[in-house]
Amino acid sequence: AGGRCSGSWRAMSPAYVPFLPQIRGSRARALPDRALVNCQYSSATFSTGERKRRPHGDRKSCEMGLQLRQTFEAAILTQLHPRSQIDIYVQVLQADGGTYAACVNAATLAVLDAGVPMRDFVCACSAGFVDSTALADLSHVEEAAGGPQLALALLPASGQIALLEMDARLHEDHLESVLEAAARAARDVHTLLDRVVRQHVREASVLLGD
Amino acid sequence: MAMEMRLPVARKPLSESVGRDTKKHLVVPGDTITTDTGFMRGHGTYMGEEKLIASVAGSVERVNKLICVKALKTRYNGEVGDIVVGRITEVQQKRWKVETNSRLDSVLLLSSMNLPGGELRRRSAEDELAMRGFLQEVDLISAEVQAVFSDGAVSLHTRSLKYGKLGQGVLVQVSPSLVKRQKTHFHDLPCGASVILGNNGFIWIYPTPEHKEEDAGGFTANLEPVSLADREVISRLRNCIVLLVTQRVMLYDTSILYCYEASLPHQIKDLLKPEIMEEVVMETRQRLLEQEG
Repeated sequence: AGGRCSGSWRAMSPAYVPFLPQIRGSRARALPDRALVNCQYSSATFSTGERKRRPHGDRKSCEMGLQLRQTFEAAILTQLHPRSQIDIYVQVLQADGGTYAACVNAATLAVLDAGVPMRDFVCACSAGFVDSTALADLSHVEEAAGGPQLALALLPASGQIALLEMDARLHEDHLESVLEAAARAARDVHTLLDRVVRQHVREASVLLGD
Repeated sequence: MAMEMRLPVARKPLSESVGRDTKKHLVVPGDTITTDTGFMRGHGTYMGEEKLIASVAGSVERVNKLICVKALKTRYNGEVGDIVVGRITEVQQKRWKVETNSRLDSVLLLSSMNLPGGELRRRSAEDELAMRGFLQEVDLISAEVQAVFSDGAVSLHTRSLKYGKLGQGVLVQVSPSLVKRQKTHFHDLPCGASVILGNNGFIWIYPTPEHKEEDAGGFTANLEPVSLADREVISRLRNCIVLLVTQRVMLYDTSILYCYEASLPHQIKDLLKPEIMEEVVMETRQRLLEQEG
């Protein structure tokens, strides 16, 4: 279908954009001047340590879907596709911390593959603060320890932040260092994604011939 | 019953077998294409902070002062005069909505449709009520693009006897960028089947009709049983097309024919295995190069 990708970070998540915008049954919701971005998040029942009973429809999935939607509405050029809808479905196969970041990175590749115009890559990473050191890309154990965690989604070329989310208390003096750690990690992810995409484009271009 | 199983293995880059590198300028979203403000921006680019930035991953194309980025995989963008194969999704008041692998559903107006018998008259209210008798949901049609609306939706027409409802055959969906533009898209291949290469990426393979029906206008579906030999030819052609698509070879009648001939020594079901795929495609590419050069 449209775009498919499989991320292999701590949390593995395949994302797919079921081929570019198209008007669905909900004609009433169509926006006249731009595209509607619809994100759905679901995690497989075997993704966490204990088997999950409800893979989708629970509050965490809805909230994650909303966050993904906000992130991608900032990155996708929605003005180019009026009256259409872009669907992004993400499914987490293995969760070991940093699920939001993995979802964003996987979805970026999927959207790119589908040919939807975007401002830039969206690279995300989580960061935390433990024992007065800023840590990047927290694992499940580190997240469960209870320290403050930050999720950052960045557009690397311009340095603009697509989404910054934290739900804990952190002293503002430490904010700089934690943000810096997350930004650096996100840029590293960008280097990786960039390399893979360029290689793929080059391969396809060579095969098609000049 | 014996079954074949394969383990996942890292795919080796296909471009090595072709053996040349591209001279095109390849970009990913966020890349600056140029800082020169004299250029006009086309598809796949946007202007940000005095620079022209790419918004899709693909190759840069420059025509005089226009710069655009052609993405690897896009939906079909209609152009007047293209042949398309589409599936009816809705029957509305005076038109049908057709799915053609594009961003918005295409439209086939009742007035653009041939009436059976080829008569030319004004469409009356009875024709409107009988619409479902002509074309229903999930029917496949071949049509030509008549016009393109401002938002990109495409308007189709079947005003010639060679277009119309499609009968028995096999549909293959590929990316629109792999179908080569040619003078004619209806081909009768010498191997015993016919193929319609829709510009929108829908390819229809069907058994060559015995005699051309002049007066039906494509409405009566031929439901006679298709012989086994014909079915085998059609299956082999379908596998050949899928093969060519995975190796990103442009699709046109010559390439499909060469691929078909190169695949004859293998069994139909073996054609989709990676090693055999590479072998067949390499032979096809070689023959195509010889034919050009």
